[in-house]
Amino acid sequence: MTIEASHISFRYGDTPVLKEVSFALTSGRFHALLGPNGAGKSTLFGLLTRLLALQQGELLLAGQSLKKQPSEAMRQIGVVFQQNALDLDLTVRQNLQYHAALHGLSRKEARYRGDRELERFELLARANEPVRKLNGGHRRRVEIARALLHEPTLLLLDEPTVGLDVASRRALNEHVRILCAEAGLTVLWATHLIEEVQQDDRVLILHQGQLLADGAGHDICEAEGTRDLAETFHTLTGAG
Amino acid sequence: MKAAHYWHCFVGIQTREWLRFWQQRTRFASALVRPLLWLVVFAAGFRAVLGISIIPPYQTYITYETYIAPGLCGMIILFNSMQGALSMVYDRELGSMRVLLMSPLPRPFLLVTKLLAMGVVSVGQVYVFLLLALLVDVEPPLWGYLAVLPALILTSLMLGALGLLIATWIKQLENFAGVMNFVIFPMFFMSSALYPLWKMNEASPWLYWICQFNPFTHAVEAIRFSLYLEWNPTAYGITAGVTIVLALLATAGFRPQRTKILGTKPA
Repeated sequence: MTIEASHISFRYGDTPVLKEVSFALTSGRFHALLGPNGAGKSTLFGLLTRLLALQQGELLLAGQSLKKQPSEAMRQIGVVFQQNALDLDLTVRQNLQYHAALHGLSRKEARYRGDRELERFELLARANEPVRKLNGGHRRRVEIARALLHEPTLLLLDEPTVGLDVASRRALNEHVRILCAEAGLTVLWATHLIEEVQQDDRVLILHQGQLLADGAGHDICEAEGTRDLAETFHTLTGAG
Repeated sequence: MKAAHYWHCFVGIQTREWLRFWQQRTRFASALVRPLLWLVVFAAGFRAVLGISIIPPYQTYITYETYIAPGLCGMIILFNSMQGALSMVYDRELGSMRVLLMSPLPRPFLLVTKLLAMGVVSVGQVYVFLLLALLVDVEPPLWGYLAVLPALILTSLMLGALGLLIATWIKQLENFAGVMNFVIFPMFFMSSALYPLWKMNEASPWLYWICQFNPFTHAVEAIRFSLYLEWNPTAYGITAGVTIVLALLATAGFRPQRTKILGTKPA
């Protein structure tokens, strides 16, 4: 298991945002965290990335407790945030090298790994261009390449397709799925867009801070007696 | 984590700060315009009004330009630190602060390294200013340029920590204008940067005491004494003490318990 979350609860002041959320992710698989806006997805990401402190429950990342061994746990994850977190004035390569340095990698190693990831994402030719010159889809690819530099076992993506056109969204989703299959990476892809989720994916449906469903997409549909995930999502959350 | 990891991280943060500085190099020049205007125009006008008696660390009567030069060095660092705080609020709103905080290395190390990186850029600006000040006959002893380095670094750490602390408390970029009115101006004007404290005491004793309690006064005095090869343990001690307190408070402000580091409240 790459993430084991047990009884996670979180509140902002008096407002509960996550209520007793428990799940475990399977290694090397694509997981979709599906929930309408305001479901608590970003808060869950904040907890998984230690930007928010755990108030209640336990989180293990690749067997390491986020509370007790934060440094070891953080080395296991690569993150792509909902907002763009690239330095637009720096080049693609400079952005990657900065991230690599923050993970303690030498310049030489950063260069080698950076070029390898850029090649995988077909962006090596643009390594020396300022990020500002890239379109939204390419910027997202750079962010994923950056998240993979320190060779994490788990990739977290928080609504990575926000602001992208349909074609770019589809391409990015496809790219991450290939990565997951080829590199054996565990992926947690948070989204509110049902078209980014496939019937075979492991799906976690979050709504109003509660995990309403957790399992393979087709199993969830069978259990709910619905035709497809879109209908399930609508039935459970009223969204879609 | 091994020492090499810390070293690579340290170099990476320093490099990024220099790269950003290089991208915004016009800011470097414009940041020098302000203190140079004070030195050339303001000081020339006030030279006749303000008589400076012989006060330590000076051995003789000095020009007003010579008196305010250390204060203007402090001014450069003060404005740069607040500019740094502004860029941190900006980084937080854009999300790039998260990249720093996601590092597996300890947050206090990351934040102090960032402070040092911002400080090095400020210190570079101060040296360029001191070279230009030679043109208006501000000529400290040659070794003073070296002796002042620790005071400049300490001042930049203190003000950088203050900027970091402010950045943790500011919710939105728009609120930053208040920092100008409530931090930069009082800190600069209620200090020994522009007038000696005895002069302030003559004019208003309560203002004198405010100046005495203002840590920027002691930072300026540490710069002034070091530049003229004199040792001022009180100024150094207070500046170092305030630096430690501010750095601890600023680091505490970036704990995960403080949800403000995420910028906007996530859902």
